[in-house]
Amino acid sequence: MAQFKEIHCTINGKSVTTVVDVRASLTDMLRNDFRLTSVKKGCEVGECGACNVIIDGECFNSCLYLAAWADGKEIRTLEGLLGPNGELSDIQQAFVDEAAIQCGFCTPGFIMTAVEILESGKRYSDEELRKLLSGHLCRCTGYENILRAVRKTMEKRLAAREN
Amino acid sequence: MSTSVGKPIARVDAFDKATGRAKYTDDLCDRSALIIKIVHSTVANGLVTEIDTSEAEKIPGVVKILTCFDVPNLPFPTAGHPWSTDPSHQDVADRLLLNRRVRYYGDDVAVVVAENEVAAAQAVRAVKVSYEEYPVILDVFDAMKEGATQLHEGFPGNILAHSGFRNGDYEKAIQEPGLIKVEGWYNTPTVQHCHIENHICFAQMEAGRVVVTSSTQIPHIIRRVVGQALGIPWGKVRIIKPYIGGGFGNKQDALYEPLCAWVCTQVGGRLVKLDCAREETFVSNRVRHAIRTHIISWVRPDGSFAARKIECYSNQGAYASHGHGVGAKGMNCFPQLYPCANVEGDCWTVYTNRPAAGAMRGYGIPQAMFAGESHIDDIAKALGIPPLEYRNRFVMHQGYVDGFSKNENYYDTFRQVLEKGEAVLEYQKKYQQYQNQTGPIRRGVGCAVFWYNTAVWPISLESSSCRMVLNQDGSIQVQTGETEIGQGCDTAYSQMAADAVGIPVSDVHIVSTQDTDITPFGLGAYASRQTYIGGFSIKQTGQLLKERILKYAQELTRMPVANLDLVDGKIVRVPDGRVLMSLGDLATEALYSMTHSEHITAESTYQIKSNAYSFGCSFAEVEVDIPMCKVKLLNMVNVHDCGKLINPALAEAQVHGGMSMAIGYGLSEELKFDPKTGKVLNNNLLDYKLSTFMDHPTLEARFVENPEPTSPYGTKALGEPPACSGAPAIRNAIFQATGVAIDQCPITPHVLFAAFQEAGLFEEVCK
Repeated sequence: MAQFKEIHCTINGKSVTTVVDVRASLTDMLRNDFRLTSVKKGCEVGECGACNVIIDGECFNSCLYLAAWADGKEIRTLEGLLGPNGELSDIQQAFVDEAAIQCGFCTPGFIMTAVEILESGKRYSDEELRKLLSGHLCRCTGYENILRAVRKTMEKRLAAREN
Repeated sequence: MSTSVGKPIARVDAFDKATGRAKYTDDLCDRSALIIKIVHSTVANGLVTEIDTSEAEKIPGVVKILTCFDVPNLPFPTAGHPWSTDPSHQDVADRLLLNRRVRYYGDDVAVVVAENEVAAAQAVRAVKVSYEEYPVILDVFDAMKEGATQLHEGFPGNILAHSGFRNGDYEKAIQEPGLIKVEGWYNTPTVQHCHIENHICFAQMEAGRVVVTSSTQIPHIIRRVVGQALGIPWGKVRIIKPYIGGGFGNKQDALYEPLCAWVCTQVGGRLVKLDCAREETFVSNRVRHAIRTHIISWVRPDGSFAARKIECYSNQGAYASHGHGVGAKGMNCFPQLYPCANVEGDCWTVYTNRPAAGAMRGYGIPQAMFAGESHIDDIAKALGIPPLEYRNRFVMHQGYVDGFSKNENYYDTFRQVLEKGEAVLEYQKKYQQYQNQTGPIRRGVGCAVFWYNTAVWPISLESSSCRMVLNQDGSIQVQTGETEIGQGCDTAYSQMAADAVGIPVSDVHIVSTQDTDITPFGLGAYASRQTYIGGFSIKQTGQLLKERILKYAQELTRMPVANLDLVDGKIVRVPDGRVLMSLGDLATEALYSMTHSEHITAESTYQIKSNAYSFGCSFAEVEVDIPMCKVKLLNMVNVHDCGKLINPALAEAQVHGGMSMAIGYGLSEELKFDPKTGKVLNNNLLDYKLSTFMDHPTLEARFVENPEPTSPYGTKALGEPPACSGAPAIRNAIFQATGVAIDQCPITPHVLFAAFQEAGLFEEVCK
C-alpha cells in the first residue's frame, strides 16, 4: 500500500488538495498541514472530544478519523465559525457571555458539537442536551455554564425562527 | 468613580479561546521538532540490569537513544515549592532524569529521539530492558512492615517523613467519666488530575542557553529545577509558559521539562518535543495521595469533645514530589476545624510502588475532609444529634485564631454558609422527610464543611512581583509571575489593576504568557494563592504607577499632586472635580516631550507575611437504589466564603468545576492497580470514571462575602476550596438514606454491594 495519498476536500468552505500519510489522523492533517490549531489533542483515542470537527454535517472525533477518509468531504472546524469581519457566531458569543470557558482546551470541540445540535433546528430538554454533549470531557467548568450557553443559543435561534 | 473589581466581566482571554486563536504549547512548536518518547518500566519495583537498544537503533528515523546509564548522577527535587535556602527545608531530591532503580510500573528508564512520532513509537517498543525484580508494594502498611524492600536509601521503613502534634493531655482527658468513644478508619483513593491538555514541553538551545516552552503552572520554579537537574546555572535556562489546558496541581511539579531540556543538550541543542500521551499522564505524571485516616473522638453526651486523636498514612508512591506537605496539611486542619483542648495527631508519608503523588486541587484537604466530615456524621449518629445541628454547635466559632499561621476567623462564617446551604437545598425539610425510610429506593441529604488556608505562608515564602508599563494611549501592560491556568486570574488581575491605577479595565492589557527572561519573578499558580497573593503586588505597583503619573501631571498642569487624582483614565482636579487632561494625552506627552521625556513604568515586589482562612460547605441530596447499589446525585449546593468576589461570574464557574471534581472523587474516580504487578489498569478516560455531563445534577454555587481584612481587595482562596467538601456531603447523604456508613471513596456499586450485604440491607428490602 502506498504510504501517501492525494485527497481533495473542503475545509471551512475552501476547496483544498493535499497529500496525506495514509496512517495520519484527520487531527494530524488539520493541525499540521492546515495549522487549524483549534483542533485539540486530549487523548487521541476518541474519549475526550477535544478534537471534534464536523464532517458532512456530522460531528466526529477527528483523532480516530483517518485523514485519507476526508477525500471528498466537507470539513468544518471552529476557525470556520467566525464571520467575515471577525464577528463571533452566536454560540461562540454565548460561551463568552455565560463564562463557559476556563482553560479553553475543550472549548473548540464543545462548540462544534453545539453547532451540530443547533443546526438540527430542534428544541431539546436539558436532559437531552446533556446526553448530546456527553461525548466531551471538561475538568474546569463542571459543564454547568456550557449547558447554559447551548440552551440559551438554542432558545434564541428557535425564537428567531418562530417570529 | 466606577470600579472594576466585583463586576462579572467576561474573561479577557474568552474571545481567543472561543475562536481557537489562543495558543497552547503544541500550537507553538515548530514542525521540525525531533520527537522524544519515553521507555517506561514494565516492573514496579526493581533494578535495570541491561538495556539493549540495537534493534531500536536500526529503525529509520531514529536519531538517538539515551538510557538510565547515560544520565548525570544529579538527584533533583520536582515539587513546585519555592526554593528554600535552608537545607533542612528543601524538597527531597530523590530521582534522576532516567532511573535505573525503578520504583513504579511506568518509571522512566530510557528515551528515544526520532524524526517523527511513528519512528519514535516503533523504537520504544524495540528497546529491550532487563530487570532484577523486587516484591511490589502498593499499600502504606505493607511498605512500613519490617523487611519490606526499601525504595529509597536513607528512608527506613519507607517513611518519607513523619510529623505530629500534641495539644493538651489526651491520655488524661479520656479518663473523664461518661465519655462516648467514636472511632473510624477512612480511606481515600489514588486519583488523577485529568486536565484535558496533557503535559507537553519542547526545548531548543539559543545563544548557549536551553529554552523550554512548557505546559506548566510554575515557570520560574521550573527554571530552578531544570538548572538543578542538569547541573547548569539557573540563568542558562529560560522557561516560557503559554496558555495551558488545565493543571489542577499536576503541572505544579517539574514533570518532563528537565528530561526534555537534557535531551535537547544531547542532540546538539536541536528542537525536541516531549508530548505525553493520556496513558502516560495517568501513570507517569503525578496523582493525588491516597490517605488512610484513623480518627478517635471522645465525646460527652452533649456532643462536646473531651479528646481527639488522628493518624494519617499518606501514600506517597514512588518519588517524594510534594511529599509530606500534602498529608501534613490535611492533618493540621483537624485540630482547628472543631477546636478541642486535648488533641493528638500523627501523619506518616510513606513511599510505595504507586505513581508519584504530588499536588492536586485541595492539597490534602479533600482527603482530610472526607475522613473528618464522615466522622462528624458518625459522632452525630452515635449521639442521636442531627448532623447539621451538631456542626452548627461545634464547628470553629468566630474569633478562633490559629497559633501557627495567625489566621483568624473574623466572622461567623461557618454558621452563615451552613444557613445558606440549608435554605437552598431545603435540607431541614428533606432531612425530616427522609428519616426512617423503608423500601428499595431511598433518599437522603448530607452536608460537610471544609477549611482551607490561602497560600503557603508561614510554611514557606510568599511573594509576588508585578510590572506595569504605560502606553501612549493611556493603557497599560501588566505582568506578574503568577500564571493563568484556566482559573481566570488574568481577568481578576486586570480588574484589580484597573482599580489600583484608576483606569477602565479595557485599558489594561495583561500579558498572559510568562517568560522567565521577561516576566517579573513569581512563583506561579498553586495553593489558591493567585487573587490573594497577586493582589498585594498589583495594588502596590498600581499605586506606584499612579504616583509617577500624577507627579508628571503636576508638571503639565501646575497643580499640586495632592489636588490631583487619576479617575477612569483621566487626570482630575479633586477639589472641583474638573477633568484636566486624559491619561492618554499625558502619556503621549511624557514619551515624546522635548523637555522631559519619561517612560512611565512601575515594578515592585511585595512579600506577604499573612494568610487567610477560606471556608465553605457542601450539601448533597441523593437517591439510592439499594438492590442495584446505585447512587443518583439529585442536588448539590456549595456555599463559599472566599471574601469579596473579584468577578462573581468567574467565581461561580470556578465553584462548578470544583464541585464536579468532588462528585467524581465521591462516586467514581479511582486509579486501579494490578496487585501483582503494580500496573495501572485504567490509564485512560474511558475506564477512569471522570464525571461526565450525565453525572451531574444542576450545580448550585452560592457565596457569603465577608471581606478578608488582610487582603487589599478583601479576597481569599477559591481555586481549590470547591473540591474539598463535596465527597463527604455525598457520603453523609448516603448514610442518611440507608443508615450505612461508607468509610471509603469512591462510593461505587462494588463498595455499596459489600457494605449493604454486611448491613443486611438486601434481606431487609426483600422482606
